[in-house]
Amino acid sequence: MTIDLTDTTAGAIHDALTQARRRMGGPASGMVLTLIIVTNEEAQYDAVRAAAQAGREHPSRVLAVIPRKPKAESRLDAEIRVGETGPGETALLRLYGPLAQHADSVVAPLLVPDVPVVTWWPDEVAASPVTNALGAVAQRRVTDAAATESQSPQDMLLRLAEDHRPGDTDLSWTRATPWRSLLAATLDQPYPPLLSGRVEAEAANPTADLIAAWLRLRLGIPVSRSESTGPGITSVSFETPDGEIMICRPDGRTATLSWPGRPDRRVALHRRDVADLIAEELRRLEPDELYGETLRELLREPVAA
Amino acid sequence: MFGVTGDLARKKLMPAVYDLANRGLLPPGFSLVGYARRDWEDEDFAQLTYESVKQYARTPFRDTVWQQLSEGVRFVQGDFDDDAAFDRLANCVRELDEERGTGGNYAFYLSIPPKFFPVVVQQLKRSGLADPVSSEATGGRRPWRRVVIEKPFGHDLASARELNATLDGVFPPESVFRIDHYLGKETVQNILALRFANEMYEPIWNRGYVDHVQITMAEDIGIGGRAGYYDGIGAARDVIQNHLLQLLALTAMEEPVAFDADSLRTEKEKVLSAVRLPTDMVTGSARGQYTAGWQGGMPVPGYLEEEAIPPDSRTETYAAIRLGVDTRRWAGVPFYLRAGKRLPRRMTEIALMFQRAPHLPFAATDTKELGQNALVIRIQPDEGITVRFGSKVPGTAMEVRDVNMDFAYGESFTESSPEAYERLLIDVLIGDPPLFPRQQEVELSWRILDPIEEFWAENMKPEPYPAGTAGPPSADALMARDGRAWRRL
Repeated sequence: MTIDLTDTTAGAIHDALTQARRRMGGPASGMVLTLIIVTNEEAQYDAVRAAAQAGREHPSRVLAVIPRKPKAESRLDAEIRVGETGPGETALLRLYGPLAQHADSVVAPLLVPDVPVVTWWPDEVAASPVTNALGAVAQRRVTDAAATESQSPQDMLLRLAEDHRPGDTDLSWTRATPWRSLLAATLDQPYPPLLSGRVEAEAANPTADLIAAWLRLRLGIPVSRSESTGPGITSVSFETPDGEIMICRPDGRTATLSWPGRPDRRVALHRRDVADLIAEELRRLEPDELYGETLRELLREPVAA
Repeated sequence: MFGVTGDLARKKLMPAVYDLANRGLLPPGFSLVGYARRDWEDEDFAQLTYESVKQYARTPFRDTVWQQLSEGVRFVQGDFDDDAAFDRLANCVRELDEERGTGGNYAFYLSIPPKFFPVVVQQLKRSGLADPVSSEATGGRRPWRRVVIEKPFGHDLASARELNATLDGVFPPESVFRIDHYLGKETVQNILALRFANEMYEPIWNRGYVDHVQITMAEDIGIGGRAGYYDGIGAARDVIQNHLLQLLALTAMEEPVAFDADSLRTEKEKVLSAVRLPTDMVTGSARGQYTAGWQGGMPVPGYLEEEAIPPDSRTETYAAIRLGVDTRRWAGVPFYLRAGKRLPRRMTEIALMFQRAPHLPFAATDTKELGQNALVIRIQPDEGITVRFGSKVPGTAMEVRDVNMDFAYGESFTESSPEAYERLLIDVLIGDPPLFPRQQEVELSWRILDPIEEFWAENMKPEPYPAGTAGPPSADALMARDGRAWRRL
């Protein structure tokens, strides 16, 4: 069911959501969180779709905040979708004029009581997430440095690292999860002394920087970065006295683990889409301490090429 | 009904009368006489009633019901000090007795500012309306007289007593029905059912398990057209003294021996008399006043910019207090009460926050997201009850997270609940007073509030908070000092 409200108020949107839920037979009383998406008209479709997909795993109320025409008079339009894409409910909030500066006043009455709030910036985040009014209400703040256009994703990541507060997270860290699992599993067996490491990826890839910093932090060895043509991260390797231990993924799908003196092993290592990433982020809602430590390591010493 | 042209009469009382008639709960011959200054005929009043019923009634409009009801609608025009008009009123109801066989029972609903009470009550006495006379029309029985008054029941202990004295000379205490419409709400009555009809809550309803209790009444609106009333009264007198303290009483009281007015009031009075104020008012209370801001997507003016509010007003629009209840059941359990206007959303609730489990056999990281168990009674809107507890998140790790178990009135009982006023009006007509606070309760609650108001008047200016936010910083500090936090609005 889709309900369009023009020139409306947060109270009217709340009533419409409640009514719609009643009419659908109350499918969403078990909502586990409110997901605020701070986006724009161009990017909202993909972001909302990804959130709706993630909503199958985490029934939630999705509030997409979309600023429109900053010069117009203040006006609030809402597009409410209930029972269409999943168990949760979605409201696209279009904020005209000066109202866009006060988006928190629209969002606050619409937060589902008693459940956590997560704010997600699928595109660029203007200020540090926690000082943003829409970030301050949330216990998790999800950014995506890789989606930055105004500066290099690595610079964006460093900026986020400087402003980091517990509860902040970045999808470039989430993208590292399968790699980190595979690396952890690889070294979860007796291995020769590691002398150094190297992460090879596309030029503007913040995930590769994070993996390098994480390896340095956990293994205490120098880890360098090198460039390839992608896609994404193409290999991670370690120098040992016996030769090179290497996980190589040239096609973005399947990785090959080579270990000196052993046959190569192949492992599925897909690049994941945003819906998967956001679903993973929503699985744990407490601050990701390891991410904080990794960022500190990254700030302490940049990852050298 | 005095003050029929007011908002309350139009939006709540007359629709409630219609809804009662529609549900077949009014006695045959029920008649409604409006009294107001306006120069109206019966038909004009009937028209107003018709419009308000059409617009605000909860149950569907039925012509036959309306026809029957409208036959008993009369209007008497006059000022409150107009002897002749009150004589006309007396005549009018006598005629109704004869024409419609109303049996001589009168309920006077004073939907007027309290300053007019003395004159109206004296007029009722003078014109003989207040004195029941048995006659042939009443079947030889002594008919009843009841008077219904709305809050505010004074603005402090002294004025509450004064007000009571005005009524007391004319109507006996058991004939005075003080309406606190909160007590007519289904969810409020359900507190009693929840506590005393069930077995599983009572054992944990005490200091052994409860860490603290939060009672909140948040409104998203400002003072609207109530400037004249609100300024000088403020949030604490407006809602804490009556609604929130009544909710506290129902939450904290012992089990009444029976569900009748006397037993219920005895328990409520007992617990109200055990309420203890914070020793230090500065750290134990908070006071705020909203400033201009954005609320729900609209720019709204600050309190001092509202129409008819003096620019130096020190009236609070937000109040929070920490109270203790000195009984064996509640010793050491703070009750936090807060009420405010122009907060992010409209919400009234009672939340019992339970103590944390004394020992958690899980790793610290597993239970990071586990909060306190809570039992939340939502009074309005989305009436219902939520129980919050920890549950394992599906997956290979032993991770525990808070989940909610929810009972929603609207989903379990799909027929719309009667409005509070329907329940209260029918109780007045039946003469069933459990849901009406007695003078003693009113005085006890002023005894709790008066010292706070006095302290505030002398020592604490309301702290500004932008409209649309959750209140002044001092309110958060009040909780933070105790290592607690307000529930999100």
